[in-house]
Amino acid sequence: MLNYALLVHAAPYSHQAALSALRFAETVVAGGHRLKTVFFYHDGVHNASALMAPPQDEVHLADGWKRLHDEHGAELLVCVAAGLRRGLLDAGEANRHGSASHSVEPPFELTGVGQLVDAMLTNDRLITFAP
Amino acid sequence: MTTHPSFDIEPQDLLVVLRHPPHGTQWLREGLDVALVAAAFGQRVGLLFQGDGIFALLKDQQAGALGQKGTHSQIAMLEMYDIEALWVSEAALAERGLAREDLMLPTTSLNAEAVAKLLRCHPHTLIF
Repeated sequence: MLNYALLVHAAPYSHQAALSALRFAETVVAGGHRLKTVFFYHDGVHNASALMAPPQDEVHLADGWKRLHDEHGAELLVCVAAGLRRGLLDAGEANRHGSASHSVEPPFELTGVGQLVDAMLTNDRLITFAP
Repeated sequence: MTTHPSFDIEPQDLLVVLRHPPHGTQWLREGLDVALVAAAFGQRVGLLFQGDGIFALLKDQQAGALGQKGTHSQIAMLEMYDIEALWVSEAALAERGLAREDLMLPTTSLNAEAVAKLLRCHPHTLIF
């Protein structure tokens, strides 16, 4: 059994890499390995949007990640610096910035790049999915 | 420009590969952010500038014209964070008509074989 962390740079529905990351993550846990951390960075932060509404006959990426958290305990970390400038704010940040609404909800967590470094150092593998 | 085919590479804890120029995308800025944060967390970090990433090191850069902050302020911070292992692809320099003297920091240029060795000998690599 290996501990995995994923780094997702790709925006949802813009690039295959976002869907490939989810498919890889599902395969990791199906194979008996542990998916400990998914870190969303660059345009990948959009995968955490609570407001995404894809057509019903397409994979719902945010729900797919939530399922991996609920059923397998994967932590879903969103880079706060990359997220804020792209409009990905949780309730706390929205309040702090005077925004009328927020777009990130648990189990997605806004966090710093330090958590990516930590995930890199503490897992057996860190796999990057980039456009 | 000198080539060091048998250059003895000292591996760092993390190699960050930078392949994008300062303007046009956010790749370089966010890649440098990871390098700086990792160094602040006590990791020894090395940078490999490949392709258009070479432009990150060009002297006399300015910010503002495109409404982007640019990245030279981050490059200027590297030394303060003890990020001194800076490698550049010899081919990337040559293809752009540049020499190491055009760059704002001292670097080591690597041929293709040495770049491959560099990637092999690092325990962690992040590519931007």
